[in-house]
Amino acid sequence: MIWDDWLPLLIVLSSLSVGLVIFFLPEDRVATRTGLNLVGALLKLVLVGFMLWGVFQGHQYETRLPLLPGLDLVLRADPLSMLFVLLSSVLWLVTTVYAIGYLEDSPHRSRFFGFFSLCVTATVGVALAGNLITFVLFYELLTLTTYPLIVHRGTEVARRAGRSYLTYTVAGGALLLAGTVWLYAITGTVEFTERGFLSGLDASLHPVFIIIFTLLIGGLGVKAALIPLHGWLVQAMVAPAPVSALLHAVAVVKAGAFGIVRVVYDVYGIDFAAGLGVTLPLAILAAATVIYGSLRALFQDDLKRRLAFSTVSQVSYIILGIAVVGPVAAIGGLVHLVHQGVMKITLFFCAGNLAETLGIHRISEMNGVGRRMPWTMAAFTIGALGMIGVPPLAGFVSKWYLGLGALDAGQDWVIFILAGSSLLNAGYYLPVLYAVWFNEPPDAWSDERYFGRHETAWALLVPPVVTALLTLAMGLLASVPLSPLYWARIITTLEYLP
Amino acid sequence: MQDIPWGVLVILLPVVGTLACFLCPRRSVPLGLAAALGVVVCVAGLGWQVVEQGAQRYAIGGWGAPLGIDLYADGLSLLMLAVTAVVGLGISVYSTSYFEPGRSAFFWPLWMFLWAALNALFLSADIFNLYVTLELLGLAAVALVALAGGADALTGAMRYLLVSLLGSLSYLLGVALLYHSFGSVDIAILAHRMEASPAVWTAMGLMSAGLLLKTALFPLHFWLPPAHASAPTPVSALLSALVVKASFYMLLRLWLEIFPLSNSAPGQLLGLLGAVAVLWGGLLALRQTRLKMLIAYSTVAQLGYLFLAFPMATSIAWKGALYLLLSHALAKAAMFMAAGSILYFGGHDRIADLDRVAQRLPLTLAAFGLAGVSSMGLPPSGGFIAKWLLLEAAIRTGQWWWAIILILGGLLTAAYILKVVGYAFTQAEVTHEARAVPVPMEWAALALALAAVLLGLFAPWPLALMEIGLPFGVEAAR
Amino acid sequence: MSHVFLYALVGVGLFTLGLYALIVHPHLLRKILAINVMGSGVFLVLVALAARTGGAVPDPVPHAMVITGIVVAISATALALALMLRVQTETGQARLPEERIE
Repeated sequence: MIWDDWLPLLIVLSSLSVGLVIFFLPEDRVATRTGLNLVGALLKLVLVGFMLWGVFQGHQYETRLPLLPGLDLVLRADPLSMLFVLLSSVLWLVTTVYAIGYLEDSPHRSRFFGFFSLCVTATVGVALAGNLITFVLFYELLTLTTYPLIVHRGTEVARRAGRSYLTYTVAGGALLLAGTVWLYAITGTVEFTERGFLSGLDASLHPVFIIIFTLLIGGLGVKAALIPLHGWLVQAMVAPAPVSALLHAVAVVKAGAFGIVRVVYDVYGIDFAAGLGVTLPLAILAAATVIYGSLRALFQDDLKRRLAFSTVSQVSYIILGIAVVGPVAAIGGLVHLVHQGVMKITLFFCAGNLAETLGIHRISEMNGVGRRMPWTMAAFTIGALGMIGVPPLAGFVSKWYLGLGALDAGQDWVIFILAGSSLLNAGYYLPVLYAVWFNEPPDAWSDERYFGRHETAWALLVPPVVTALLTLAMGLLASVPLSPLYWARIITTLEYLP
Repeated sequence: MQDIPWGVLVILLPVVGTLACFLCPRRSVPLGLAAALGVVVCVAGLGWQVVEQGAQRYAIGGWGAPLGIDLYADGLSLLMLAVTAVVGLGISVYSTSYFEPGRSAFFWPLWMFLWAALNALFLSADIFNLYVTLELLGLAAVALVALAGGADALTGAMRYLLVSLLGSLSYLLGVALLYHSFGSVDIAILAHRMEASPAVWTAMGLMSAGLLLKTALFPLHFWLPPAHASAPTPVSALLSALVVKASFYMLLRLWLEIFPLSNSAPGQLLGLLGAVAVLWGGLLALRQTRLKMLIAYSTVAQLGYLFLAFPMATSIAWKGALYLLLSHALAKAAMFMAAGSILYFGGHDRIADLDRVAQRLPLTLAAFGLAGVSSMGLPPSGGFIAKWLLLEAAIRTGQWWWAIILILGGLLTAAYILKVVGYAFTQAEVTHEARAVPVPMEWAALALALAAVLLGLFAPWPLALMEIGLPFGVEAAR
Repeated sequence: MSHVFLYALVGVGLFTLGLYALIVHPHLLRKILAINVMGSGVFLVLVALAARTGGAVPDPVPHAMVITGIVVAISATALALALMLRVQTETGQARLPEERIE
């Protein structure tokens, strides 16, 4: 079937072609550009839906193109890639709507949306990558396409943030490449294989495998914001809100975490990795990141910076879930990949709304905003409560599984980490919520814009509300087939059971 | 199709172009462009012949070696011809708009002549013909550098000329010794009769030294930045992309086909110098304040990579170095052309004052960015494929220190390329008056940069082409 | 064949002498002359090594090479001299920037 061979590539190319066209649109063709953006995002969602349906029918989707003699470019649909690609496509549509609203009347929108589309292309390529070299290719492409978005505003601050971003990510990419080539040179293959492909090899290579693991995790950990490689994330907050939403919820940090999952599951295999002894250090590092991120978040007054440190902390839950060797914890980590994405994007959308509508950037300025922007703040509340882990929201499901899984695997100390982190989360989210709903608003906001009877523009209001509802749905309907939890269970089953 | 002597045409056509452009200076632009297109067609024809029938040997005038001059086209020379043709076409298109009307009268004949010399060099089958074509190449290049006028260009050209002559004479002395030892200058015959002796070692040393000087390997690189940076932009492009590669090609032919490499000490030395070049060139590039000087030092660094293949000396290493050569030719030409457009646009090339070139010259910045991607060795690009191959070779041969150099070099390259890009996105304090850049200039740069990226997606075919005939067909057994 | 060997040795000596002069002397005309001396040295080596044993006619191939070389050297010298004059006009001295007298 021709679809089986080409659908993955089509999905990747759908946004590439849209992006290239958008680059050449004159700045004032607003309707054309908006139309193209939305059509592109919808088309991608339709194609991904089609692929999902096909996977259920039993189709094997794989695109294989020769890259080098002996190495192919492989794009494949397996449960893990479906998880990430679905997340990306859905959130992409939402972010596109938001960005159209946010950047209204901003300069250089054609350039922005062009790189935006290229960014999707890279993310989807990362999701669908079927071997390590394809992954590396799209991973580096992601770095290159997100940089122009960070420096979009053209200010000196933006340039320096971009430089910091590049310093970290290019260095990380170098480590990742070094690890990949080394692995290929020793083993002759880098295909993602269920349960990994390293366990059958000569035992004398094990020390080398540990070093390679360090290189790979180092390279991936930069994007996944593991400490001490997280510095770029906070500086990148200087970018416009849609970019922050994108980077922190969908594309960059998720690509890093996703990569770590791939390396642990499909290159090393969880049993082999545990046998090598690399999972415990990884778990400890992830746990340290969880606590550190939460601690730093407590002391930030700038809203986006607080959210940034929260991201640093939350993404490591995913890694923690994987590194705690046990299926239940793995389910928690994997499902959090989706849940954290949706919740965090909600929060960033709301932050953007506050900045755009009322000129608010600091938490100290947020007193009584709930009265002025009820819908936005309701969405924010749901997102924040989800982050803390309040049932029946999505965040609760992730933490429940993580906790259970930690006990199951005999790693009781993780419970303390989770509990401590949740307490810290409450510590930095609850006061905000209190101030928003129960404090007196100031007489005037610093930079208010009016949108008639609505609290803010439609395009800015609908996305956070939608993602907040999704957060609620993913929590309430977690046991429904096709929920993120369902997928996480499938992936874990494939990895853990013989 | 089979019988047309494409190899001869590939050399003859640019010579005709030279004469035509020289005799009709007012029509030199269309004549030059036509000649460029013609050469591309001839190279395609030759390529078709080589792929269908294997390596081609053509005896000029019907006399064969050892007395006559033979032309030999295998996969390696074909790839060199092809990249020269593509870059040459790009430069020709760029030059149609670069020069002020009426000021390009001397550029075209010299450029066509240089192209003829290059093609002849890549097709030469004996070491003396290589000397002659190398000299022709050098003289044409020097004259082109001097075209810009002004003290910088003229002194750069003078230094380049002296260096070039020194290198060629050293090479010629080596030729003399080799001829005396084995009675022939034909490469195939020499390879057959080769055996180690003091005369051969001396010859190898002399020839290598001369060619290393012309390829600007550290520490013999001092002449390159002034010459490449002060030349007119199309000349900078063809110098960095093509001319320095010619002497490297000769070095490759000599080492792979003629010289016995029983011990690896010379190889390790070249690798070491290459490594120093990578780091030194990269560090100096980072410190430059002017764009063209930055790109010139980048050439010094990238040429260093090519020499990392010598200590490793496996098939994968040679292919990686060659692939880097091809990608670098495309990327460096694109980069210089983009810099030339920027210079044309704002009247200066100070990096810190690039003043939002991203908005105002998006195509040019895209060209620079894509060329930069290839230079950094980031995917998807030819540079990435080359880096991968070299890294793989380093790990497989156990000489992992070269892998570290490759990684560090990549990081350095990223540092200076992305520094330029960063400034190009940022607003400068003082806005400069701008001059509209002609369309052919922007598109020529972008086309070459895209070609460098495409080399990364279609790698298996050029790599397969390398295997036709010597020296990689022989090496495949290694 | 020792006298032939002597010619070759002289040739190498000229080459070395020219190389030394090229590096040491700052004036461009001297550098150009040095290159010419080096060239003559190489040609002498070629001619000397063309000798064959037993009084036979020398090998003509190196002679052809020398003639080609002489032609190339003349063209190169012409270019070099023209360039030197232009450098003199532009900068006031026939020297490279790093060796200027200020």
